[in-house]
Amino acid sequence: MTAAIHEPQSRPDLRALFLGFSSVGLSGFGGVLPFARRMLVEERKWMTAAEFNAQLGLCQFLPGPNVVNLAVVVGKHYQGVAGAVAAAVGLLAGPFLIVLLLGLLYDHYGSLPLAQSMLRGIAAVGCGLLFAMAWRMALAIRNKWLFLPFTLLTVVAIAGLRWPMPAVMVGGLLLSGGVAYWKLGRK
Amino acid sequence: MSLVFDLFLEFALLSFVAFGGATALLPEMHRVVVENHHWLDDATFTHLYAIAQAAPGPNVLVVTLIGWKVAGLAGAFAATLAMCLPMSVLIYLLIDRWERFSGRRWQKAISIGVAPLAVGLIFSGATLIAQAAQFGWEAWGLVALTLLLSLRTKIHPLWLIVVGAGLGLLGWA
Repeated sequence: MTAAIHEPQSRPDLRALFLGFSSVGLSGFGGVLPFARRMLVEERKWMTAAEFNAQLGLCQFLPGPNVVNLAVVVGKHYQGVAGAVAAAVGLLAGPFLIVLLLGLLYDHYGSLPLAQSMLRGIAAVGCGLLFAMAWRMALAIRNKWLFLPFTLLTVVAIAGLRWPMPAVMVGGLLLSGGVAYWKLGRK
Repeated sequence: MSLVFDLFLEFALLSFVAFGGATALLPEMHRVVVENHHWLDDATFTHLYAIAQAAPGPNVLVVTLIGWKVAGLAGAFAATLAMCLPMSVLIYLLIDRWERFSGRRWQKAISIGVAPLAVGLIFSGATLIAQAAQFGWEAWGLVALTLLLSLRTKIHPLWLIVVGAGLGLLGWA
């Protein structure tokens, strides 16, 4: 697996990075990663599919908003610090303004009963989408009998006992990463 | 000013454990923002989550909305920067070294080990939204319908959100 990015015929300049990632940020609802892939791999061909998967794996491995991490990596590769800033700002600026506008609307009309019932409906759908996402991610886990107990422990600690997440994640990662390390050594 | 600073500090701390992205952070954001600091109440937290769902862009922008509601424009900038900046800087500095480690046993172990925890976090986020919104049976019906359609069909989530908004307006949920 090679994680380095090949050189396309034309290196995207700052403007191209900003605009490319703007289009990604503005096109996605409920997660923009599929759109990032389409832009980077299929439309502008800044990366191959394998490069995208390798880079994404790296960005998902680390905490933080994955797609922002990805923008930083791609921006850095082509234009250094300025490129990383252009890509990340491009990704976030448009949605940031839209969300602020919605926030303003909420300040003015959020107390209306109609607005509240509409938001409750959306929250219910959002909740269902979260359950669906958790379900799909759980299905993708290999050795379920070994690792799904850690899912259960996380739910008990976070949703049940309301323990602070940093402590739960560090403890959980030591346990479940430890089991994974042991399992990898047995092959 | 100290409110904006507190907001920045809390969210910057959260960004270091945001495995699974901002979505996985929902339970912890609720704990910090609603339970610990009482910056928002349950209903507002749920509403902001719903607005972020309905808006385009990366999931991280729910943080922007929370910052906005807690401390205005400065809060929106502070919360967004706090969530994105620390890991971005780290990634920028470490990416080249990091790529050399790809495929090592400990690196694989962490990415395998983190997945079940992320599932648990997202599941907890869903139960937490349901709790905070105090869903009745109608809303749970909508949750179940969404789950079913999302897993069984290729329907775009945006349509489900439109349906949810419509049913909500009609007083369902």
